[in-house]
Amino acid sequence: MTSTTIAEPRDYLQAQMRWRWGEIAFWLATLLPFILTPDYLLLASQVAIAALFVLSLDLILGFAGIVSLGHAAYFGTGAYTAGLISKWGWGEPLTGLVIAALAAGLFGYVTSFIIARFRHLPLIMITLGIGLLLQESANSASWLTGGFDGLQGIHTWPILGRFRFDLYGYTAYGYALAALFVIFLGARRLIHSPFGLALRGIRDNSQRMRAIGAATHSHIRTIYTIAAMIAGAAGAILAQTTETVSLEVLGFQRSADVLVMLILGGTGRLYGGLLGAVVYMVARDQFSGLNPQYWYFWIGLLLIAVVVLLPNGLLGGLSLLTRRAKVQS
Amino acid sequence: MNESALVACGVDKRFGSLVVAANVNLALPPGARHALIGPNGAGKTTLINLMTGMLRPDGGQILLGGDDVTALAPEQRVRRGLARTYQINSLFPHLTALESVTLAVCERRRVAQTWWRRLIAYREEIEEAHQILGALMLGAVCHRPARELAYGQQRLLEIALALASRPKVILLDEPAAGVPREESKELFAAIAGLSRDIAVLFIEHDMELVFRFASRVVVMVGGSILVEGTPAEIASDPQVRAVYLGKAQREYRHG
Amino acid sequence: MHPVFGVLFDGVAYGMLLFLLSVGLSVTLGMMNFVNLAHCSFAMLGGYVTVTLMNRLGWPFFATLPAAFVAAAAVSVVLERAFFRRFYNASDLEQCLLTIGIVFVSIAAAAYIYGTDQQPVQLPAFLRGSIVFAGLNFAIYRLFLIGMALIITIVLVAALEMTRFGTQVRAAVNNQRMARGLGIDVDALFAVTFALGSGLAGLGGALAIDLVGLDPSFAFTYLIYVLIVVSVGGLGSIGGSFAAAMLLGVSDIAGKYYVPAIGSILIYLVMTVLIMLRPAGIFGRR
Repeated sequence: MTSTTIAEPRDYLQAQMRWRWGEIAFWLATLLPFILTPDYLLLASQVAIAALFVLSLDLILGFAGIVSLGHAAYFGTGAYTAGLISKWGWGEPLTGLVIAALAAGLFGYVTSFIIARFRHLPLIMITLGIGLLLQESANSASWLTGGFDGLQGIHTWPILGRFRFDLYGYTAYGYALAALFVIFLGARRLIHSPFGLALRGIRDNSQRMRAIGAATHSHIRTIYTIAAMIAGAAGAILAQTTETVSLEVLGFQRSADVLVMLILGGTGRLYGGLLGAVVYMVARDQFSGLNPQYWYFWIGLLLIAVVVLLPNGLLGGLSLLTRRAKVQS
Repeated sequence: MNESALVACGVDKRFGSLVVAANVNLALPPGARHALIGPNGAGKTTLINLMTGMLRPDGGQILLGGDDVTALAPEQRVRRGLARTYQINSLFPHLTALESVTLAVCERRRVAQTWWRRLIAYREEIEEAHQILGALMLGAVCHRPARELAYGQQRLLEIALALASRPKVILLDEPAAGVPREESKELFAAIAGLSRDIAVLFIEHDMELVFRFASRVVVMVGGSILVEGTPAEIASDPQVRAVYLGKAQREYRHG
Repeated sequence: MHPVFGVLFDGVAYGMLLFLLSVGLSVTLGMMNFVNLAHCSFAMLGGYVTVTLMNRLGWPFFATLPAAFVAAAAVSVVLERAFFRRFYNASDLEQCLLTIGIVFVSIAAAAYIYGTDQQPVQLPAFLRGSIVFAGLNFAIYRLFLIGMALIITIVLVAALEMTRFGTQVRAAVNNQRMARGLGIDVDALFAVTFALGSGLAGLGGALAIDLVGLDPSFAFTYLIYVLIVVSVGGLGSIGGSFAAAMLLGVSDIAGKYYVPAIGSILIYLVMTVLIMLRPAGIFGRR
């Protein structure tokens, strides 16, 4: 009798965590560009990079509730690190990726001590401040970063010695997609771990977390460091696949863009961020002829619309619709 | 003599010119069932915040199991066995009851930082959480998010969260506040069912609860302890009567 | 004469401008905790109103100033009724995103209507040029700006300390729940305060044209400075905003003059460190 009472709650939790057919379909669909739209593989690799970046933001914002207006700082750190390593002669992508991610993670770890202590407006300001500081510093240190012109002389070696980076983007997309998938698996595992539960607790009620004995600052430092590493990885892949790095990788616009993508898709669901990245990047490509100002006009309207009408983003709206459909049927 | 489970010794706290705690001395023996009563604004919740560490006292000490914890952060006091509930529900709205209590158990067992193992691998923690919920009659709703629970059930979840940290001292801040008559039976049973190993201090306005569960009553007025004694002594104490009746008279005049 | 006096004068003038732009946000943030990142869009609106009235309709400069104030206040009332009041209890993130969306729209709209160039404005003759005093050059417009800001500051402080409205504002900033409990209609109070604060921003935007120029990026560029002033000065504190604005104004001008290579870095660094040391601002309480 006791065995059934133990099994029941675990079974329920397990059912929550298993792979849904929708997820499997999504990942299979990511392979379609190779077959259906081979002309757009470079765009696809950009989408995958953006998706990885959004994933890292979702971990701190959607799951731990840390509002950051300067997350590009870690993306840019990864990009510049990977770029510099290549420029200085070591163009092997996989090791470069790891080193860049670690560098971004280190920066994230150091700043996490500050981040963990604040909430609300001071936190927003500090994340903004760190981002702005880094961008200005990179601009000033043009001897290192190439300043306004960006890094020159990046050359990425073939992956595992075999897969050369071609003009059409097969290798670029394969590389970015593989990295995205592997890191996603790790993130998914994290979400369904006790730590993932603790993060949701912090997001829901950080004061109560302390009242149950949680070391909230330590948790925040951990997830912030992990997220910084992932953002750095995304930046590194960008540097390696495009063989360019310029100041905009650290800029507020990049921090704002990734925020928009995440909100659009829906926070706290992992797939929301991915969906948001796909929609945003594809739309931006479609409207790339448009004057950038007008692009931001529509993005502004979109942000307002999402906040007012769809606070849980596209994915939230979709799940609401499916739930309503289920109730009616 | 047994060492007290929790002691507040000469505690002072002031916000500018507003004195919220003045030389408060309170001792909870192990297994105590003490009630803290007093008019609104007497400083009862403030005292709990001082004891749990959410507020730093301007003077005095807090001793937990004989150790001076005055300088310790709230989460450190929880790990040493001090738990509390909130007067206004402070739950995790989007987490289910089971997830909430499992989280508390995981925090206690220091496994909440492991991000590489799946939650379902932690069978003992889930089982313990399920048992705590079951004992509080919340087993049937354990998979519902906290914000979807009935108010009385949320108050019970408050207690479940506190129990999950295996405390030696529990501070209950108005556990019955706002709970309708129909739902108070489970709450009373829950409080009655608290282990005799745990020292309990509860703030209450509901005199039925006080008389039913408290072996000792402490009366607080204007930031100081006015008097303490058995429920019967307090009920017949003229000072206490004056405080409550005097207040009632003033309210009556306002109409 | 030492350039330091010139730098100080310019810094004070710039600081006064920043104060006008920031004080509204400081008070409304302190009162409702509503993160309004679109605050400088109202400033920008005031600037463009002045430009339109002067260049297209031939209004004199002084007449456009109250118009800028009123226009910004009016638009803010509309936005507050239509959108903002539904989000007073929303999360920081939602407030940020909503108002960032408005900033984007405002910048694009300004670019569409006015183009991206700096807007020229012809000051009346008696405001142009400079006077020489004690061997130093004092630009008349900057003197005017400083004078204007001081008058407004005195009026603000007097209103806060001596009128019933001001007392209610201070009460609501200090403890909103208690203020409501005392019967103060905090929502109506906030609507009025918000309009006043936005109006002041609009006025600041109009005054800013000759000092720092006006183009569509104004709404964002000066947002950063305003946020710095508000965060460092403390929410809801007029004195704090004033001090922080002076500090920022002088530091920015001095930084750009003495160490142009790292000018901005210093500002951001000092701001970040100050917020870390005193998250409630130098004069804040919370």
